[in-house]
Amino acid sequence: MVKQDGRKPISTRKAFGQAIMELGASVENLVVLDGDISRSTYTVEFSQSFPTRHFNVGIAEQNQMGVAAGLALAGYKPIVASYAVFASMRALEQVRTSMCYPRLNVTIAASHGGLTPGNDGVTHQAIEDLGIMRTLPNMTVIAPADGVSLKPLLQQAIAWDGPVYMRLTRDAVPIIYDETDEFHIGKAKQLREGSDVTLIAIGDMVQWALKAHDLLLEEGITARILDMHTLKPLDSEAVIKAARETGAIVTIEDHNIHGGLGGAVAEVLTLDYPVPQGRIALRDTFAESGPYEKLLEKYGLSTDHIVQAVHDVIRKRDRK
Amino acid sequence: MTTTNKELVEGLRVQAQHVREAILRMVYAANSGHCGGSLSAADIVTALYFHIMRIDPQHPSWEDRDRFILSKGHACPVLYSALALRGYFPQEELGTLRAMDSRLQGHPDMRKTPGLDATTGSLGQGLSLGVGMALGAKLGGKAYRVYVLMGDGETNEGQIWEAAACAVKYRLDNLVAIVDKNGLQNDGPTDAIMPMGSLAEKWRAFGWDVVEIDGHDMAQIVGALDEAKERSHGKPTAIIAKTVKGKGVSYMENVVEWHSGAPTDMELDIALAEIWKGR
Ligand SMILES: Cc1ncc(C[n+]2csc(CCOP(=O)(O)OP(=O)(O)O)c2C)c(N)n1
Repeated sequence: MVKQDGRKPISTRKAFGQAIMELGASVENLVVLDGDISRSTYTVEFSQSFPTRHFNVGIAEQNQMGVAAGLALAGYKPIVASYAVFASMRALEQVRTSMCYPRLNVTIAASHGGLTPGNDGVTHQAIEDLGIMRTLPNMTVIAPADGVSLKPLLQQAIAWDGPVYMRLTRDAVPIIYDETDEFHIGKAKQLREGSDVTLIAIGDMVQWALKAHDLLLEEGITARILDMHTLKPLDSEAVIKAARETGAIVTIEDHNIHGGLGGAVAEVLTLDYPVPQGRIALRDTFAESGPYEKLLEKYGLSTDHIVQAVHDVIRKRDRK
Repeated sequence: MTTTNKELVEGLRVQAQHVREAILRMVYAANSGHCGGSLSAADIVTALYFHIMRIDPQHPSWEDRDRFILSKGHACPVLYSALALRGYFPQEELGTLRAMDSRLQGHPDMRKTPGLDATTGSLGQGLSLGVGMALGAKLGGKAYRVYVLMGDGETNEGQIWEAAACAVKYRLDNLVAIVDKNGLQNDGPTDAIMPMGSLAEKWRAFGWDVVEIDGHDMAQIVGALDEAKERSHGKPTAIIAKTVKGKGVSYMENVVEWHSGAPTDMELDIALAEIWKGR
């Protein structure tokens, strides 16, 4: 099922731009709203092919959310294309009150998630969005790991009853999946079988979890890998199963340590199946400008950090 | 004015007093709510629901209906009253305002109340919803019109002006924004809290057709709304309606403290007597 072969890495935002070209043709009430960043959100091609169904509302994200909500109320399927920082924070209350409260079918495509906008610096690195979005009633939160899984997940998001926040990467990520793989919102994807520990990763971090898996294997540690592409509703069944069968969990996210995947998984474990958990995330700090991978190293999110966290969590478990 | 028009306007005037009575009774029953901004908007909302809008209370989600968005959602007593009197739900239900399990939430919830076209209450968001709906009408070739009622204090919000620019860009002549210019907001006079200068000039500068009216003169209200219907030249219409907060109840009129709060037994009696005096 899974290979990391010679296929060209692609950012999920670019894959998004390609996916909406196909979806635009098949879903005739699909509309796209931009906020003067259409070249970055890869919606230019859509705007040229479907000019009447593309609205560039200028640099005004709060209005952008409201107009999308109004279009949903008029029977359309709007996609709001923005950056994760602006979609989740500048326009948060609009998302909450105009979208989540009335449970409207709007998909928010939030590019530049996590540290992937590396050199743009802190203003453009969304490290709080997943946690923020997860606290909103009626909101569904997704972060696809690669350009292949993006497509079915986006397709489902558009058909989903209620708003969906979909975090996308600025930078290219390796292709992990095959076109034939199946995805379901709310259902984790198991990428590797293993019995010593489970690595639960989301979005751009899935690639590093896979790398860590290979390094661990060299040491004789078999790690189960779960791609938790849907943060909410969380696949708690998969989490509990992993806890029961492997006895130790490490969560891996390109996000602040508070409120995101680590928190969500900890909530499940604490209530239903307590096992030791390690957490790879930003240690409640902003990062800085720099190349994505260098930032991962400096801020504790690299493959080496994952391997270290696995050693720590296994030690914790076995001490018990 | 023709005789029929006179009759129409007179009928709407009486209807507006019924709406006012219902507002006072429901806020009294709930022992909380917003009288001032509901009463200032009573004539406008009455004109919309009892004459201007193409709606069908039997089919609240009829696709081709005209839409109304109460962007100043705190004034929902005026909207609930109009909806009940228009037959969207039983009038007795007005007594459940703000109560547990009620369909009449403290601020409008479109998923709960029959006839509501939007969920509002956070000021500044309604015009964007209206822009989206009007855009949807254009896109789908539908003839429905969208009305958005805002407070003058509410226009402090930046999002209103984002939406104002957007409506002009998309030539939304099926969109009518009405500003209930009662001159007061929550903490005091709008000129003291945040002076906005001439609202008419601001909307005009953004590219809207602007009409200034007396928001309690039923003939002017109907005239301006009818006129807006006729227009189809690519510009949205802003109606700046000069109103009196608390209109119709002497002790509430222009008194900032009556922004919210319920009348006592005695105050209710006085208020109802004043509303119907001379009739
Ligand atoms: C975003 C937001 N900020 C603050 C409030 C609290 N609030 C409710 S009503 C009001 C004053 C509104 O004044 P105006 O728009 O002039 O309404 P009116 O006087 O017609 O009642 C305020 C500040 C709110 N509902 N929403």
